[in-house]
Amino acid sequence: MEELLRQLAEALKYVTGFIYPNEIELHWGLLIVLYPFLTGLVAGAFILASLERVFNVKEIQPTYRLSLLTALAFLLVAPLPLLAHLGHPERAFEIFLTPHFQSAMAMFGFVYAWYLMVVLLLEIWFDYRKDIVIWSNSKKRWRRILYSVLTLGVRSTSDQALAFDQKAGRFITIIGIPSAFLLHGYVGFIFGSVKANPWWSSVLMPVVFLFSAIVSGIALVLLIYMVSSWLRKTPIEMPCLDKLGHFLFYAMILDVSLELLDFVHRLYEAEESIDILAQMVESRLFVSLVVVQVLVGTVVPLVSLAALRALKPRESVRKVVYFVVGAIVLVSIFFMRWNVVLGGQLFSKSLRGLTVYKIGIAGREGVVASTILVLLPFAILVILSLILPPWSGGARNKKSSESG
Amino acid sequence: MPAQAKRLLLLFGLAAAVFVLIRHFAVPESFGRYGHYRAEAVNVVAGLAPRYAGHLVCGECHDDVVTVKRTSQHASVACEACHGPGLSHSEDPTEQNISIPAGRERCGYCHNYDATRPTGFPQIDPAQHGGDEACTSCHNPHQPKPGEGEELCGACHSEITRTLASGRHKNLDCHTCHGSGTEHTSAPDSVRPDVPGTREFCGQCHSEGASSPESVPRIDSSTHGEDYVCWQCHFSHLPEAGR
Amino acid sequence: MKEDHPLSVRSGPSTTNGDSPTAGNDRVTTRRDFLKCLIGFVPVVGLPILGLNLGALAATEKGREYDPAEHWYGMGIDVGLCIGCGRCVEACKEENNVPRDPYFFRTWVERYIKTPDGKMIVDSPNGGMNAFPPAGVSEQEILRTFYLPKLCNHCEKPPCVQVCPVGATFNTKDGVVLVDESYCIGCRYCIQACPYGARYLHPEKRVADKCTFCYHRITKGLRPACVEVCPTSARIFGETRRASTPLWRFVRTHEIHVLKPHLRTSPKVYYSDLDSEVR
Repeated sequence: MEELLRQLAEALKYVTGFIYPNEIELHWGLLIVLYPFLTGLVAGAFILASLERVFNVKEIQPTYRLSLLTALAFLLVAPLPLLAHLGHPERAFEIFLTPHFQSAMAMFGFVYAWYLMVVLLLEIWFDYRKDIVIWSNSKKRWRRILYSVLTLGVRSTSDQALAFDQKAGRFITIIGIPSAFLLHGYVGFIFGSVKANPWWSSVLMPVVFLFSAIVSGIALVLLIYMVSSWLRKTPIEMPCLDKLGHFLFYAMILDVSLELLDFVHRLYEAEESIDILAQMVESRLFVSLVVVQVLVGTVVPLVSLAALRALKPRESVRKVVYFVVGAIVLVSIFFMRWNVVLGGQLFSKSLRGLTVYKIGIAGREGVVASTILVLLPFAILVILSLILPPWSGGARNKKSSESG
Repeated sequence: MPAQAKRLLLLFGLAAAVFVLIRHFAVPESFGRYGHYRAEAVNVVAGLAPRYAGHLVCGECHDDVVTVKRTSQHASVACEACHGPGLSHSEDPTEQNISIPAGRERCGYCHNYDATRPTGFPQIDPAQHGGDEACTSCHNPHQPKPGEGEELCGACHSEITRTLASGRHKNLDCHTCHGSGTEHTSAPDSVRPDVPGTREFCGQCHSEGASSPESVPRIDSSTHGEDYVCWQCHFSHLPEAGR
Repeated sequence: MKEDHPLSVRSGPSTTNGDSPTAGNDRVTTRRDFLKCLIGFVPVVGLPILGLNLGALAATEKGREYDPAEHWYGMGIDVGLCIGCGRCVEACKEENNVPRDPYFFRTWVERYIKTPDGKMIVDSPNGGMNAFPPAGVSEQEILRTFYLPKLCNHCEKPPCVQVCPVGATFNTKDGVVLVDESYCIGCRYCIQACPYGARYLHPEKRVADKCTFCYHRITKGLRPACVEVCPTSARIFGETRRASTPLWRFVRTHEIHVLKPHLRTSPKVYYSDLDSEVR
């Protein structure tokens, strides 16, 4: 508590104008910024995978299983920042025991559970099942036990069984697309439905969150594909990479259009909150929003990707551009979450003042903890790709999938 | 049904059953009785111990003080507003478990001058009033009376006297425009001071041909704001004159 | 002091919860004895005994059980009477064990100063608990100025209750919004959802906290601590659905405003003389 009081005393010095006395403590900090970022990556990676599965975009086939595992790795880590942030994490299960049906946060617990268990895990299981059965017969010792458990006791690899796997997988992907929309749209709704907060309260919030999630997911898979290919010393398939780049470009245009719409609408209506919000953007959020999210994070990638399409440079140039753009986009979308979550708390609900967010290094809400939480999914992804190698393309791939 | 579907249905069914079972034991018993909350929580909050006794309790023992205070200027000030929470004191009356304000700080919360306080509320400038003496050395807190020989209007209308002193009417006495005010000081809420009712009153200084000093601004009473009484536009305590 | 000053009824029995003025004369000998009875109740009801219903909670002046269905509480604030002394802020912290640091308030007072050139200067140093230091604005630069007490509005349609994921905050049957300390998970969504800044996270208990209208007092026929100590009766407590209560008289005789009416939270704290620039 002493640390908290010290931080609040420090923050009080930087308040400009008037804030309600209780508003000096910023309640949703770095951990809550991290959470929509991570779930956004999940939704985006999954939607990319479903593009391949449902819409038969053949070029990105090499990333299909990789996208699914990426989505799973990030989905497993996503609740951790939430748990860490709670005042009483040991009571978190109450959300499942007595969910308040009017609360978006409560319903999100079930959307998350649905998505994890019914969509993601099942899709992965159906796609890998044949391979798991084969591995449960061919591997030795603890690996044999692991794969045997993963078969869930269903060991048939008959044509009938495999055909069912295909059908089920496709069906799940089809319901998975709206589920992924719901997963991240809901996060947007958690903010967008707060009428007390003029920065958050907007019909467009769920939509903007969703499309920025898709953008971040594509960028993530693109980066992971490039990095994993380099690490494995396998050649990058350029048609795949180019296709990912195209999708990234289209998704970004959609996302930017929506955010621009929100921006123009706010400025045009210019209702009473506009003065303090403009002041906030010009002072507290100038670097994170104007510089990082918009100029570096949106304009640069859009221009670069457009240039690639127009100029069609050689392969090595395109690779560099994709990599840099992918990294910039990830940072940009992280800062979009930052600007939404923190922006909503940096101005007072009295519309008369601004406060500050002092980020710490140590502790639950510090930079170190958040860095670990961001790196953790990658570690999990490595483990997952050792257990369920995503390199051989999947059950429908004509190439051999027995090597593993 | 394919084996996969059967196995998955079984697993999901088991998970659902386990969930229901856990829920049966884990959801608090009183939850949902009155609404989507633990009914017992209401009892918990209602059962907290009060610390303030309430204004009627004090009189049980301190009837003499209450009787005096009841007809004083502090009639509406609760005992505990100055003396702090008194429940434990009323339970076990000692001199140690009730606060007796000394010095100048506590009276100042109400009576130190701040321009925002409503007009008619007695205020003092702590830097100029009473030196370092405790307030109670001159004022009885249970029957406070203003001291002697003070500028009477300013004691309750400090904001007005200060405003007046900073503007062009600073040489005017309150009584010049508002009459003697003696009835008002005895019954401030029921008797309001006089307010000049005619343009001619202000014209005594401000009309053409008035005998006031040269520096006093003049207007042509026949044309300047002829529909109005002067103070309907001009703020006499801080005349804007042409702003 | 006026003859019909609301506080002149102080010498008689309390009329806070609408009991008839003569009720007090019929029961226990002295008010102090009565309170002694209640102190006996306190440790009993403080224990979380399952199944203990509210009826056993407190004896009212009539000796009946307290029935929450007979009440729908609200508060009135007469802005013109507030002198900005901060006694209410202090009494609230004392009564409810609110941390003394200047970051956690169940109630607070704001000072508004409108200057002739159109600026509105607002401040609330330490919530107004030790009154207000000089604003540094000369009388010449004050067009109009007033104090504004604020607290939880105990809305009839509380957005904080709507967003609580687990049911740890709720509206009671007598119209008070409470927090269940042992159930709250500390997610802080309710604090975000409150348009009035009335909630905070208790730094030690790590759960949401806010004004309870001194529920532990009003269910025993006492007044909230802030109302008790206000020296000018700027705060009025009572019922919003019963005719014989000080609040009813207040809403009858004053033009009533609420904070942020466009959000349709239906607040039950009614302000008279509320300046339109207050948010």
